[in-house]
Amino acid sequence: MCECHETAAKVEESFEYDRLESLLQGFLGKKGAMVPILQAIQSEFGYLPRPAMEYTAKRLRIPVSRIFGVATFYAQFHLHPRGKYIVRVCRGTACHVRGVSKVADRMQELLGVGVGQTTEDLKFTYEEVACIGACGLAPVMMINDKTYGKLTTDKVKGILKDY
Amino acid sequence: MYEKHILICAGTGCISSGALDVEEALIEELKKHNLQDKVRIIMSGCHGFCEKGPLFIVYPEDIFYCEVTAEDMPELVEEYLVKGNIVERLLYKDPTTDKRVISHEEIPFYSKQMRLVLRNCGVIDPENIDEYIIRGGYSGMKKALEMEPIEVVNAVKSSGLRGRGGAGFPTGMKWEFAYRSQNDKKYMVCNADEGDPGAFMDRSVLEGDPHAVLEGLVIGGRAIGSDEAYIYVRAEYPLAIKRLRTAIAQAEEYGLLGKNIFNSGIDFKINIKEGAGAFVCGEETALLASIEGERGLPRPRPPFPAVKGLWGKPTCINNVETLANVPLILRKGADWYSSIGTEGSKGTKIFALTGKINNTGLCEVPMGISLREIVYDIGGGIRNGKKYKAVQIGGPSGGCIPEELLDLPIDFDSLTAKGAMMGSGGMVVMDEETCMVDLARYFLSFTQNESCGKCTPCREGTKRMLEILLRITQGKGEPEDIPRLEKLAVSVKDSSLCGLGQTAPNPVLTTLRYFRDEYEAHIFDRRCPAGQCKDLLTYYIDAELCIGCRACIKACPAEAITGEKKEPHVIDEAKCISCGACFDKCKKDAVKTK
Ligand SMILES: Cc1cc2nc3c(=O)[nH]c(=O)nc-3n(C[C@H](O)[C@H](O)[C@H](O)COP(=O)(O)O)c2cc1C
Ligand code: FES
Repeated sequence: MCECHETAAKVEESFEYDRLESLLQGFLGKKGAMVPILQAIQSEFGYLPRPAMEYTAKRLRIPVSRIFGVATFYAQFHLHPRGKYIVRVCRGTACHVRGVSKVADRMQELLGVGVGQTTEDLKFTYEEVACIGACGLAPVMMINDKTYGKLTTDKVKGILKDY
Repeated sequence: MYEKHILICAGTGCISSGALDVEEALIEELKKHNLQDKVRIIMSGCHGFCEKGPLFIVYPEDIFYCEVTAEDMPELVEEYLVKGNIVERLLYKDPTTDKRVISHEEIPFYSKQMRLVLRNCGVIDPENIDEYIIRGGYSGMKKALEMEPIEVVNAVKSSGLRGRGGAGFPTGMKWEFAYRSQNDKKYMVCNADEGDPGAFMDRSVLEGDPHAVLEGLVIGGRAIGSDEAYIYVRAEYPLAIKRLRTAIAQAEEYGLLGKNIFNSGIDFKINIKEGAGAFVCGEETALLASIEGERGLPRPRPPFPAVKGLWGKPTCINNVETLANVPLILRKGADWYSSIGTEGSKGTKIFALTGKINNTGLCEVPMGISLREIVYDIGGGIRNGKKYKAVQIGGPSGGCIPEELLDLPIDFDSLTAKGAMMGSGGMVVMDEETCMVDLARYFLSFTQNESCGKCTPCREGTKRMLEILLRITQGKGEPEDIPRLEKLAVSVKDSSLCGLGQTAPNPVLTTLRYFRDEYEAHIFDRRCPAGQCKDLLTYYIDAELCIGCRACIKACPAEAITGEKKEPHVIDEAKCISCGACFDKCKKDAVKTK
């Protein structure tokens, strides 16, 4: 079993329903709250643990499949624990034209994981996004909240060293 | 009293280039020289010239320093702020004349622009409502509140403003539909989803001038008779969300939002909704579903949102840039506004200029300007002296404009006539090293991935098209693939439920129209003329040009290159993974492809 499954198992075995309940209190009775609720759960737990979705469904009196449907529709939501550092390589048009694919290939090679995957030590999660909005500096990537622009294949290794 | 104001650009581009480090170092240096009470630092919104960031402008003299770093601060403070000597080396250097220029107005990137919507971006502190008000802010709203709703509708109608979100629908007409819908509750919605990859106009407006959007929403509310609005912002724009929240709080404090605005008896409330990462949610009916907290699936129209929108109530959805135009129309008049632009497209348009161009960034130009002026005058031409191939405009729904159409006037109708579309305003410039088949494949993989799956033509059709394009770029294309693509493209276009599918084939159709020879080269000659498609490339080293510097050997992740120092190196084709690292690294252009 890889570590990410272990973490998930740990979170989910002793799931802290109190923490979830107090979080839900702010939303009950509000219309259109499903997406904000999931956003809040994710920022609290780092991802959407299964017990959290099941419990939320009960509290909102809706089938869990509806929550699951929303959670899997949006790219922002994650059903598995993620790494400490989220590497987001931009695959937007500007970055594509300025050769981000080579940078993306190198990054995956260095981390040893593919798109959407987390390294075994739970340090990095590798993701690709559609545009970071810093297209003027293409190719661009983000590690957590820090943006790196004008990337080349050989800059990547040095950047990772800082983490 | 401050003697000097220093504007440091704090747009996303400049922040990634180190603007915050510059700020920190500047504060430090000012303290050292005891200048902190004489110099005011303003962290402004995007100035547009992201390429040269971080930007650093000193007023009242209007001196434009660019590419400044934290390490430059001691010199800049000492030399300029203390002694009054301009630091030449940090001024912008005009690449054509090699002369340094002092004021931003002398830089061609700015002098060809007409910054109306962006008038405040990079000029004011976006977190300070007073600065917006001093520059005429909220006076358009005041006027609108004194007018009858139908007068507001008519003013916008006669200004000729068309929606900037993509389709170019006349804004006044949209407002009139919502105005005529009878209901006790109506909504205004601002579409700030900006899903087009390669575009950041809306982000810059939200980050640099958030009050303009709020003012536009209140005016819209007055026109259609709504007292509540939602701004749907993508979660990927945290800074924009923060600035909007600050702006709303300040406007409420000043009585410009909330109950009984300007004692007019009119209430208006603005809510923010964060998107969650789905391109289709930019489509208006999908966006409404997403605000309601459901999966963002589009639904057939009619009924149009103006009749049945958010929670079943009449709703008017407008794009960020559209709304930011509105206060100006009210303030300066519809006649003034309609004097700018062309017959069918009034006003200005903001473009995000990116790709293989010298001056990447944001520019705002009057409608009707030629593409050539944008690419060569404002954009400063193609990078590294390469040759222009095409501009991709309109994002995944748009198309490519080839060299022979460079003099095309940029307006809604001319672009549509050529198979492209205005779209949101992303403009990605491509040179001879961009493969057009690969680009079509890129866009299709984007739309295919973002297709919500509700309707079959879009879900299945884009997938089949992508398979064909993939096969072509891998050198496995078949002669019938071109007609197959064309046939599929037409079916997907005609029969998809929403704009995503209806426009998804555009990048394929325009590249087929203007760059058919590249498709044919891939299919018949198994060759990629631009040298991009990995499977069609073999790298080799030109022994004549190689100086034996070993740079490529170090760069190669597959250890496929061998050779002694100062001797020509060789690539072992069997080991080469065609990653191109050696090609990028070689300073002598000795690595070639065949
Ligand atoms: C797939 C798809 C994505 C869209 N994305 C956006 C977007 O990101 N921003 C936007 O303002 N409009 C977007 N639109 C257009 C909207 O549906 C709508 O026309 C627009 O928000 C109306 O505003 P306007 O009249 O001010 O242009 C999109 C349309 C489609 C079909
Ligand atoms: S395309 Fe990469 S940041 Fe926009």
